[in-house]
Amino acid sequence: MASVAKSSKNCTVNPLKTSQPLGGASAFMGLDGCLPMLHAAQGCTAFALVLLVRHYREAIPFQTTAMNEVTTILGGKDNLEEAILNIAKRAQPKVIGICSNGLIEARGEDIRGDLKLIRQRHPELDGIALIYAKTPDYKGGFQDGWAAAVTAMVDELVEPDFARHLHQINILAGCHLTPADLEEIRDTVEAFGLEPIILPDIAGSLDGHVADNWVQTTMGGTKLDDIRRMGCSVATLALGLQMEPAARVIETRCDVPVEVFPRLTGLLAWDNFVAALARLSGKSVPASIRRRRSQLLDAMLDGHFYFGQKKIAIAAEPDLLLGLTGFLTDMGAIIAAAVTTTDSAALPLVPSQGVRIGDLDDLEQAATDCELLICHSHGARIAERLGLPFFRAGFPLFDRLGAAHKLSIGYRGTRDLIFEIGNLFIAADSHHHSAKGGKDAPVASH
Amino acid sequence: MSQHKHQDLFDEPACAKNRDKDDKARKKGCGGKSLTPGNAAGGCAFDGAKIVLQPITDAAHLVHGPIACEGNSWDSRHALSSGPQLYRTGFTTDIGEMDVIYGGEKRLFRAIKEIISRFSPPAVFVYQTCVTAMIGDDIEMVCKVASERFGLPVIPVNAPGFAGKKNLGTKLAGEALLKYVIGTEEPEFTTPTDINLLGEYNVSGDLWAVTPLFQRLGIRLVTSITGDARYHQVTKAHRARVNMMVCSQALINVARKMEERWGIPYFEGSFYGVEATGTSLRTIAKMLVERGAEADLIGRTEALIAEEEARVATALVPILPALKGKKVLLYTGGVKSWSMISALHYAGMIVIGSSTRKATKEDKVRAEALMGEEGETIDNLPQRDMYRKLKNREADIMLSGGRTQFVALKAVTPWLDSNQERHNAYAGYDGTITLLREIHKALTNPVFAQVCTPAPWEM
Repeated sequence: MASVAKSSKNCTVNPLKTSQPLGGASAFMGLDGCLPMLHAAQGCTAFALVLLVRHYREAIPFQTTAMNEVTTILGGKDNLEEAILNIAKRAQPKVIGICSNGLIEARGEDIRGDLKLIRQRHPELDGIALIYAKTPDYKGGFQDGWAAAVTAMVDELVEPDFARHLHQINILAGCHLTPADLEEIRDTVEAFGLEPIILPDIAGSLDGHVADNWVQTTMGGTKLDDIRRMGCSVATLALGLQMEPAARVIETRCDVPVEVFPRLTGLLAWDNFVAALARLSGKSVPASIRRRRSQLLDAMLDGHFYFGQKKIAIAAEPDLLLGLTGFLTDMGAIIAAAVTTTDSAALPLVPSQGVRIGDLDDLEQAATDCELLICHSHGARIAERLGLPFFRAGFPLFDRLGAAHKLSIGYRGTRDLIFEIGNLFIAADSHHHSAKGGKDAPVASH
Repeated sequence: MSQHKHQDLFDEPACAKNRDKDDKARKKGCGGKSLTPGNAAGGCAFDGAKIVLQPITDAAHLVHGPIACEGNSWDSRHALSSGPQLYRTGFTTDIGEMDVIYGGEKRLFRAIKEIISRFSPPAVFVYQTCVTAMIGDDIEMVCKVASERFGLPVIPVNAPGFAGKKNLGTKLAGEALLKYVIGTEEPEFTTPTDINLLGEYNVSGDLWAVTPLFQRLGIRLVTSITGDARYHQVTKAHRARVNMMVCSQALINVARKMEERWGIPYFEGSFYGVEATGTSLRTIAKMLVERGAEADLIGRTEALIAEEEARVATALVPILPALKGKKVLLYTGGVKSWSMISALHYAGMIVIGSSTRKATKEDKVRAEALMGEEGETIDNLPQRDMYRKLKNREADIMLSGGRTQFVALKAVTPWLDSNQERHNAYAGYDGTITLLREIHKALTNPVFAQVCTPAPWEM
């Protein structure tokens, strides 16, 4: 539907996008016993770390090969080797997730070859998985890095196996899903008696639990052995179009059929997902899920008054953009401005006239006569300048509590979104009415 | 590449820490050991340069590099402005693959042009980054051409991340100010009480906790370098009578070279705590009088200090009993390793440990003397050990930066932010009151007792 345009400016003003390596490292945060690392100068990790800490409000394990001018000239292999050995000794990880950056990739370094050599020279690393994702920061954005890392994980670990475990299914989770979303997905899948392997599972590692001890790697997340046996599943459900390439790797290797779910927010979108689970499990939909569906129907009826014909400006990464705009137009709203970070198969599906690959300045210019702004936390100042109600979505969310626990998929998540966004419209409408009618004007009631 | 220039920067005769080193150690530069791959933390030179320059609030700050450098970091520090907001707008060339192949200079030039025609800033700072440095983009040349073409200062800041740590970046930013900004314009008038603050960035409004004191004493702040600064104030900083380096040796190169070039004496001081604030005000008064200010400034300063100290004492009466005897782990570093201690001792608290990362030998000696038998200086405390200390309840509260916040919280220990992401000003007399009230608030919050209570089925 939407035509895709790219900004022609030479200067990005107020970036929407965060970098590919940050997205890659974030995906590695969803593996158990992992220490993610950027093969880059130390500042790349420091900036990304600060953003992750502010978003999740958690201690985040994250390292760097600390490249400098001299090692950039001589090549990064020695730094990579030293970093891996130091991490192995100090943090005893089960896996080290290595993301490159622009400095390394522009030099054209052969990281796969380096890793092979390092393995040969250090048999003590045999018990540790080393996974490399190619994520130059002069290309793509967070979502591309996430997708590249997940593809690298399955490519490195999934074992060729054609045995089938009838209850086991693979869930590949895109970066638009929060820990709360993944909990909802797990609960729903398990309600059908299926055993999901969720990759990456940030609900296990970044859901904000208080543990009894301190480790220097991730605590919780997808176990490596579970990834290795993904080839035995009856299906791979790719959540978000970004996850399709990784799903195809498993399909090619182990003949596991793929089903792609471009979005999970909205009644019909989640209906599709629930129907797939019923089909895969051979079971009927449990009463509790039917009840929630009914609650959503009621919320849609109650809420539609406030959404109808509302003009919305939104900036988000492609899969999140598709999910939210799909839901909003489901409710009768109009997407008047849509800005995103990077090219994707999701963009033509966005229900708006056009989608611009651009920055928050593009959003600000296009949002002037809109009635709601949706963006990550950096959009707050734009909403303030334009005097628009603001709904936070995406990464980073650093100026509010509970980023990890924002649920916006499934029947429950969609229901709560209707309430949350609908209440913003109600507040703005009543403010508008009282401004028009003087301070004692009655609040409009429907 | 630029190694030679950087070595000069670290051979800083005015730096006490540098003087203590032998030749070999000095050559290695400052900021501690060189970076260990796989065991490093902290920002890069670009980060440091941005920290120093970005608080110039009416300038545009353009980052020439891939999206990571600006996209992952923009508008994240709480250096506040009383007016212009342009410094909070994130500008970057966001270079792509084609720029890497063909060079990014043209894109950079056009970006500068777009900024100037749309935002009309008094100046544009252009920051070099690793990738654009490696592919050989000559930002000095682009800035020179742009300056001539557009008729306003376009200032290259050549501190790519891979050049070194944050500390090097702050010094390189200082060099950029010395080369392109300070001394390029003359003030309309000067007064005998003109001063600059160096290394005060108005984080969370720290500067504003101090400026009212200057106003009451008739001391004129020409500019802070660079908290809440305007470009055309920084250009005139060279006519001040005294420079105060606030809480840091980071801009010592600027202080020393301003003394060499324009004869401005400087001292290092702090506004953290009642005692340090008094000492700093006295020193400013004394140095200004030595340089020709009216002699009564000294007496007026004493009177103000006495009045303010009495006010602080009264304000703290209600909370002092709850603070007395409470144990603090201080994990900050630099001058704060001791200046914070005196603020805490003021409330009768016990400091069991103070990190002396990034501190000079003098800082360390002062910290040790202040803590006495009660505490020890710590160089670097691995997070695992920090967690164990807190879990064993060796401290009642930890003061540190955001990076270690969750070590304390996961060990269910009260915590207070003492670094740049905090939301309160802790400088000056009002800042001291705020600091101790915040500590009181953290220590007396009832959640800690609840979180420590086991679930009924686990009893």
